[in-house]
Order: sequence, then structure tokens, then C-alpha cells
Amino acid sequence: MAAYVLRRVLWGLVLLVLVSLLTFVVFYVLPSADPAQLRAGRNASPATLAQIRESLGLDRPLTAQYWTFLSQLAFHANLGYSYFSQASVGSLLVDRLPATISLTLGAIVIWVVVAVPLGVVAATHRGTWVDKLTTGGALLGISAPVYWLGLVALYLFADDIGKWPLLPGAGSYVPFSEDAWQWLTSLILPWLVLACTFTAVYARLLRGNMIEVLSEDYVRTARAKGLSERRVVWRHGLRAAVTPLVTLAGLDIGLLLGGAVLTETVFGIPGIGQLNYQAIVHADYPVIQGTVLLAACFVIVANIAVDIAYAYLDPRARTA
Amino acid sequence: MSAEAQPAAALRVEDLRVAFDTRDGLVQAVDGISYSVAPGRTLGIVGESGSGKTVAAMTAMGLTRGARTRVSGRVLLDGEDLLAASPARLQALRGDAIAMVFQDPLSALHPLLRVGHQIEEAVRAHGSEVSRAAGRARAVELLELVAIPNAAQRIDAYPHELSGGMRQRAMIAMALANNPRVLIADEPTTALDVTVQAQILALLRRLRDALGMAMVLITHDLGVVAETADEVAVMYAGRIVEHAPAAELFASPQHPYTWGLLRSVPRLDAPVGAELVPIPGRPPSLIDPPSGCRFHPRCAYVRDRHRMVDPALESLAGVPSHRVACLLPETERRAIWAGLTSGAAASPVVAPESPSSGPAAGPASAERPA
Repeated sequence: MAAYVLRRVLWGLVLLVLVSLLTFVVFYVLPSADPAQLRAGRNASPATLAQIRESLGLDRPLTAQYWTFLSQLAFHANLGYSYFSQASVGSLLVDRLPATISLTLGAIVIWVVVAVPLGVVAATHRGTWVDKLTTGGALLGISAPVYWLGLVALYLFADDIGKWPLLPGAGSYVPFSEDAWQWLTSLILPWLVLACTFTAVYARLLRGNMIEVLSEDYVRTARAKGLSERRVVWRHGLRAAVTPLVTLAGLDIGLLLGGAVLTETVFGIPGIGQLNYQAIVHADYPVIQGTVLLAACFVIVANIAVDIAYAYLDPRARTA
Repeated sequence: MSAEAQPAAALRVEDLRVAFDTRDGLVQAVDGISYSVAPGRTLGIVGESGSGKTVAAMTAMGLTRGARTRVSGRVLLDGEDLLAASPARLQALRGDAIAMVFQDPLSALHPLLRVGHQIEEAVRAHGSEVSRAAGRARAVELLELVAIPNAAQRIDAYPHELSGGMRQRAMIAMALANNPRVLIADEPTTALDVTVQAQILALLRRLRDALGMAMVLITHDLGVVAETADEVAVMYAGRIVEHAPAAELFASPQHPYTWGLLRSVPRLDAPVGAELVPIPGRPPSLIDPPSGCRFHPRCAYVRDRHRMVDPALESLAGVPSHRVACLLPETERRAIWAGLTSGAAASPVVAPESPSSGPAAGPASAERPA
């Protein structure tokens, strides 16, 4: 097991280098705004531009620039400095991470707590109004884009622009350490909006898995030995139906920790996703690179975690 | 053994009919079957797939209940009608007084739960105050009962870590968790290797005798029945077409379908070059069954009258325990079977090795000769 994890981690590192190279290439090869131009403002003289280029190191050959980035990261754990704010990218990420983690974890709790019962009940009451409501609602939830849903939520419930001003609106996020109550209330709308799509997807998947599992022989065995229907469904059925979803959820969580760009932007939550969005707008290459690498890290770690979790959940996978 | 006394039936099925409402029409899977099994006795139910043998057993366990299932008749477990039982009562009885062993132990055991845990569940589902430790101890005891070596270690194994035979033993252990009065074994050896089949059958016989269970053994394999059953019911298209004590059935089978089953079994003692005789055609549609005798489209001895008249299950003239649903005259049937056996192999199929009581001990059902 240890050797397996080590091998996976080493591969993850290789992958991170490739991701950073790709980000670098994409940034310089594809047309984007000139960072020096953006910093210098309108009507800047060529001399000013040249000076800014030199100070940012943009005048050096691309290979040298990439090598500097890589060696700084490898030997000094330094991700460089923002073109825009001069702040160290590492500290920017550290500052932004709690907001993203808060958003992601809350959304996960909601989507698991809602999707699991919905999926199970829809499967066990197949064809009834509960099922139709769930599958219909899930279709809506899957189809509704997050930014649209976010705006609708704000127009309906935000305390500044909402029709029923119940909850703090966009830009009201404060860190937990500052004001726990404000933190909680400001995150309710984003949590619900972010959880909505995932709830829909997972409820549907679970319903499908559950219907399949409930027709398995071992579920019939569970009934034949006189277990209550509740135990048959929630223990024997759910245990088998939920296992494939755990792996999927792990990957989704990894993705979200890399920044829920749309949700964070709509609700003005200062997380990794918003940082990434702003960096792209400002052609702030070091920050883009930093956020992308962090997201890649989360995905890689999630992948490894998922494989370990799967071996734990399904004993048949352990020998492989 | 109480074989000589008139034993009260542990399980009595009376005119059981099961139909499924499907998109294509009403499928009459079981069409009026009756049988009874006494404690310590075994009834073998034999038939092709689709003959209704499994559906009948599952219905007795209440496992076919649903909006699209139509059931009538009675299934009496020690006098209590299972078909009329409330869901709660049924849940209390199954796994307790009546238990079932399924065909494929790999798919019938939960793949993600330890074998011991699954057995414990069966124990604890019916003992209101069984502690976890007591449940586990009982599970080990049960695994030992079904002769699983190193039971204390195997209890923590997952189903995929056991061999097919061990899995089926675990399945049997689970069914026996609460000393059932009736054990229904649905093709318990079909998914197993031949050598393991014999072991499992021997185990079932031993447990039946030791625990005094009534056993219903469902199979398509007459060889399985010959070794284990006291009585045999042959099912075709949802009905019992022949029902007799095992020895009697193998000595003088009466129904052309039974002949077909006997002659389609490969045998080591058959003369070199002897051919297997398959039953021509296919099992009939249960939505729109053939008119008259349901076997007539596949029967080599069909007469015009057989296409119109539906034969009833009736006793043979001299042998009331042997009943058959065939329109051919009895003398003619005996002559045909004699001809078939002399033409093919010398001895009538497998000699039934009756485990506890001799074949002369008679059938378990009520209509024994006085």
C-alpha cells in the first residue's frame, strides 16, 4: 500500500510539472493581454513598457523564464509574485483558501444530506409522485447554470437587492475567525446554489444505482432472511449503490477545492476561484500559474484519496 | 425418524397460482400446484427453466409480492397461511421458520459485507435480545455446522475470498441461522463444480436429518433428486405433471415429459454410442399456453384428443401415491417406457440411494396408501 501511494505521489509530481508547462505555454502562445501594457496604463511610453518588462523578467527568453519559475518553486517553495499586486502568490493562495474550503465543505454537506435520501426514496418509490418530483427537479437542477441560479438566488433573497431580503448578499463573506455568525449566514446562499447542481446529479445517479442494486440477488437474500425492508434498503441496498458514487464525489470535491469559479464570482467570495478569475482578467501570469497548480494538486490528491477509499469500501478492489 | 407415523406436514401448498401482469399479457407462471412436505422429508421439484418451480418457491417466501403479481391458493407453514400473512408477520417468519438457499452463492451474498456479518444479521433479525457477541458466536457455530474449516477465521472473510463450495456452505449456514422448520433449496448445486455438488447435497441431507427440517429441493437435474429426495414432483408449464415417491418415479415414470427428462441426462453407465435424447421444442408460452394437454406440442405420443382435453393429475390404478397428468392409457405408457429403456440403457437411470429411510417408507404427503 505504501509503495503504491508513493508511486502515485511521484506520478502526481510529474503531472504537476506538465500542468505548469502547459499553463505557461498557453499563457504565452495564445493571444492574451500584455501584462506590461496592463500595468503601465494607457499612453505609456515605450521606455516605461520596457522598464516594466525588465522588472517583471518578461524580456528574458521564455525557457529562462520557465526555468526560473520551476527552480524557485522547487528549491524555495516560491510561486513568484503577482504582476498586479506584487504580493507573493503563495500568501495569496493561503489567504484565499479558507473561503474556498468553507464554500466547498458546506455545499458537500448539503448535497450529501439531500441527495442520498432523495435518490433512495425515488428508487424505492419508483413511478410515484415522489420519484417524478425528484427526477424532474434533478433535471432542472442539472440544467440550471450556476451563475444564473446564483443571480436568481440573490434577486430573491439577498438583503440588498432581494425581493425577500432574508440573507446577506454578494460580497458579504467574512472569515470564520472574524465573525462566525456572519460567516455562516453569508455562505447559506452560495452553499445552496453550489449544492443544487451536485444534489441533482448525485440524486439521479444514486436513484439509478439503487434501482439496479435492489434487483440484485443479494438484496433478495436479505429479504429472505427476514430483515426489515428499511434495513434491506438502507443497509444492503445503499451500501452497494453508494460505493461507486463515493469515488465520483471525491473527484468533484477535488475540483471544487481548486476553486468554484462561478459561485465565488457571483457571490463575491474571496476564494481561489475568484482569485483565478481576477488573475485571468489582469493577465497576472504568476497568480494564474499558482491557482492552476493548486487546483491540479487538489485533483491529484483527490484521485489518490479516491482510490484508497475505494479499496476500503469495496473489498474486491483490494487485491488488484 | 417419524417416517412411519403419519407426520403432520410442515409445509403444505394448496392450489397455488401465481400470475404476473406484464406488458405482453398475464403470465401464468404457476397454475394450481399442490404438495406437502413433512419434517425430515425432502420433496424434489424438477422441471426446465420457466416451468414455474422457482416462482412457486419464491411466492411461498413472499418474495414475489408486488403490484403486478396475482397470487391465489394457500401456502401453509405449520398451518399458518403465508399468502395471507401481513408483511410484518411474513418478515418474522422468513429466515426463521422458513428459509431459502439460492442458486448462485456469489450473487446471493452481499459482496461488500463480511460473510460472518451476513450470518449474524440473520441470527439477530429474529432474536430480539441477541447481543453482537452472541450473534457472532452463533455465526461461528453455524459455519462449523456446515463444515467450513477454520470457521473462526473464515467468519471475517468476504464472499469473493471463499470458493464456490464454501460460499454455498455459508449461504446454507445463513439459512439455518434460526433452525427453520422448512428449508427451500433452489438449485443449490447448479452453480458448483460436480465434486462440490455431491458434498453440498450430502451436507443438506445430513442437516435435514439432524435438524428434522422439511426440505424442498428445486432442481432441473434428476440426478440431484435421485440422491436426496423422498418424493418428486415434475413441473411443466406451471403445473405438476407427475408426482410420486422417488423410487417409484425412477422405476416407472409415467409422463412423456418425465421420460424426456430422464433420457436427456448424460450417464456414465450408458452403452458406448448411446445418444442423448433431447426433448424437442421449447417450453410453451405461459401467456397463451397450448390447448388441451400443455405438453402436446412436444409430445411424441400425441393423439387428436390430447389437443382438446386438459388432463388432470390422477393416481395410478394400483399406486395411489403415484399421480400423473397424462391422457395416454396406463398400460400403453408402461409399454412405451419399457420399450424406451430396453432400446437405450439396460437399467432405469440412477438407482436412488435413500439416505435415512428406505424407499418403501412411502411418501410424505397425506395420500399414502392406508
